[in-house]
Amino acid sequence: MAVSLDLLVDALVAGILLGGFYAAVTVGVTISFGMLDIANIAQPAFILLGSYAAYIVTSYVRIDPILVGFIMTPVFYVIGMVTYRLYYYAFESRGEQGIQGLAFFFGLLFVAEVSLVLVFGVDYRFVEAPYIGPSIHLWVFDLPLRMLIPCVVSLVMVGLLQLYLTRSFIGRAILAVSQDPLALQLMAASPTRIKQIAFGISIATCALAGTFLIVIQPVEPSIGRDYIGRIFAICVLGGMTSIPGMVAASMLIGIVESITATFTGPSWAPAVAFGFLLATLAVRPSGLLGRQ
Amino acid sequence: MRNGSFWIAAAGFGIAFVALSRVLFTNEYYFFAAYVVLQYIVLSTAWNILGGYTGYINFGTGAFFAIGAYSSAVLHKMPALTEAWFGIATPPIPLPVMILIGGIVSGVLGLGTGYLTLRLRGVFFAIATLALTVVVQTLIVNWDYVGGSRGIYIIRPADAPLGGGYIQYLYTLMLVLAVISVGIARTIERSRLGLGFAAIRDDELAAEAGGVPTLRLKLIATTLSGALMGMAGAPLPYYVTYLDPTSSFNLAYAVNSVAMPVIGGMTSWVGPVIGAILLGTIQQLGSVGFFLDLNIPPTFNLLIVGLLLILFVIIAPNGIVGLVTAHRRKRAGALAAVAARRAA
Amino acid sequence: MSEAPLLAVPLLSVTGLGKRFGGFIALDNIELTVGTGERLGLIGPNGSGKSTLVNCLCGTLHNETGSVRFDGQKLDGLVTHQRTRLGLARSFQLPRPFHTLSLVDNLRVPLTFTVNARPGHRLSAAQTDARCHELLHQVGLADKARRLPRDLTQVEMRKLELARAVATQPRLLFADEAMAGLSPAEVEEIIAVLLRLNEEGITIVLIEHIMRAVMSFSTRLIVLVAGHKIADGLPQEVMANPEVERAYLGE
Repeated sequence: MAVSLDLLVDALVAGILLGGFYAAVTVGVTISFGMLDIANIAQPAFILLGSYAAYIVTSYVRIDPILVGFIMTPVFYVIGMVTYRLYYYAFESRGEQGIQGLAFFFGLLFVAEVSLVLVFGVDYRFVEAPYIGPSIHLWVFDLPLRMLIPCVVSLVMVGLLQLYLTRSFIGRAILAVSQDPLALQLMAASPTRIKQIAFGISIATCALAGTFLIVIQPVEPSIGRDYIGRIFAICVLGGMTSIPGMVAASMLIGIVESITATFTGPSWAPAVAFGFLLATLAVRPSGLLGRQ
Repeated sequence: MRNGSFWIAAAGFGIAFVALSRVLFTNEYYFFAAYVVLQYIVLSTAWNILGGYTGYINFGTGAFFAIGAYSSAVLHKMPALTEAWFGIATPPIPLPVMILIGGIVSGVLGLGTGYLTLRLRGVFFAIATLALTVVVQTLIVNWDYVGGSRGIYIIRPADAPLGGGYIQYLYTLMLVLAVISVGIARTIERSRLGLGFAAIRDDELAAEAGGVPTLRLKLIATTLSGALMGMAGAPLPYYVTYLDPTSSFNLAYAVNSVAMPVIGGMTSWVGPVIGAILLGTIQQLGSVGFFLDLNIPPTFNLLIVGLLLILFVIIAPNGIVGLVTAHRRKRAGALAAVAARRAA
Repeated sequence: MSEAPLLAVPLLSVTGLGKRFGGFIALDNIELTVGTGERLGLIGPNGSGKSTLVNCLCGTLHNETGSVRFDGQKLDGLVTHQRTRLGLARSFQLPRPFHTLSLVDNLRVPLTFTVNARPGHRLSAAQTDARCHELLHQVGLADKARRLPRDLTQVEMRKLELARAVATQPRLLFADEAMAGLSPAEVEEIIAVLLRLNEEGITIVLIEHIMRAVMSFSTRLIVLVAGHKIADGLPQEVMANPEVERAYLGE
């Protein structure tokens, strides 16, 4: 009995740390899908690009991988803006957001994975950092640093984003666009420009999220597939537009996945998020915290 | 072309193709290649019933396809299993029956996925299908009866029902399946069901207001599409003789079944066939280095397919069929203008 | 406020209908009836809930409270296409044609799935085709039968929209802002179509902003403000109502 409790507590803690990381992974989609209504199913691809970018840079320069994530953030922001421009030109301006937009992002997702395979092969790649390996002991908890640090930085990043969206002028414009594009036009701000910035931000988060990923575990190109279910499950469960809701959902899914992995083996983890997704869609599409 | 003459032509074409292949396919490899292309005709046509006709995009072809393959694997092992449990070995199930069963199982999966997600926006259905592949793969990987992640070896039966080799038998079955699926697609196009699908695709809200039972029709589309994909997958174990999750859930199936209809054209049965033959043949040729000893990794083929998909979606969303139709319309318009000028 | 003469059994009867979006109350305890053959006008400022009401009555949105009866039958729980098959049709505020289908096929869809879905009334393929052309002729679109919706002008799209609703052989038609953005002459065209439909026995509820059209068309008027019904009666009397005047001070 005592043994199980120990395992359970460990699993819980690991789940919370994992949940923090999942928040960073999902916040981009909360912006692009929840707020801008752009189903960017290629999000895992951008995250993996972030991982491999960290891998490449750290293999040439002895620099902290998370620092690489920060450096790459403006680069990914530009990539995001360019991607939105293309998406807008090809689909939104023609009113064809449905099937073709999805096919476009699916194509991106696929091309990214295949390109990574061609360039890097299917071997696992990893980075090295002083905090990958050791753990700190806090009271009864065993906290691996390689999970703790990404979790903390993730939550800080998500928190800053929430502040930005609710306090700054552009941030509030983004929130306004998500609710009523017409109102924005009346304010003489261009919805397209705002959406471009927002989408840029959503991809920018992938630089850091990708770095966190490769710090937490070694990566190989097909890992992205596991994340699609997770990301959208968390986004929907969190209420689509609500960042606090998304964080709560990330924690929940992180914990459930962690407990499942501990007691039934790691191979069932991908099914957990998907099960959540289906259940949420079937029962309460407005998510945990509801949607206005 | 009226319905009757289509079927006669299709049957005639099929028979001619089988006869010709016995003469022309000097190397067993040609049967392999033709099998793959025909398989893609079925997959693209199946995908297009839901994607092109009804407007709901399915990214999880791999799941439906693999379910068909694994259901055959299960049935294949059944005689051994019943012998071990009951001492009596059930007779081996003929492949056409396996195909039907594979279709039923995948059809049920399609129905289930649809039922859970189709009352919401199409985007959620697409996302659910994307995650579906991973989940079904997880289930298979954890199921030891079908070999789990190690895979399972399937031994082809010694004799083929139609004479000739077993490969030729598989190829003939797949040819029949291709003709049937294209026939089904064409029949739907011209039927009341097809009209309903088109209305849903164009404007689901208006369709519902116009009396179209949208949920029911969407469920029919997902079930039918899934079933055909499962049928395409059912002969796979006998084709590859070694079935494992990595190759049967290969992303190639998902991407090709989307790219072929998009590139060929989604509005009619012709598009997926063109897309499948074109892309399928190129990929098959690519896998043998275009006979020029070029060493092209298979992933490179897939990269090209992915890039073509993106390109066509942006530039020519109506596919090759759409380009041809647009060109013809322009010519007709130009000719009419010339004629009008002459008459004036 | 005097009532227009009530007919024995109202065709449509709405009691206590309420609809909220999260914390926002869009419709509050709406009570109304529509008699067979009436021409009912439904007016109100922007955002008063007119379209929400239509959406609830047609089943596109789900009302949390209240009950709707159509010809004595309870509609609660029925989905939109089931209500359409019972005889409750609507045209959309922003025309929603099937853009890859020709005009004929645009009408073939509702015909096939309502008229031909009712037991005992099935039309043959030839009859269906003839009926499509007849409907197009009635709205003056016969010569564009084979064209696509994108080739139509604004007013032609509105007519197609109405034709599609009429194709379902409705007993009650909700014409949702069918005249917005049209010129006065075009408005007259649409009114003429609606009057003719009413003469043929279709009860019409006209949701509109164009006061001239509503006043000349309606036999009874209902005013909706901020989700509440504030007036219900003869057009002249309703417009003289001080509450209604206040609601329109900004208009």
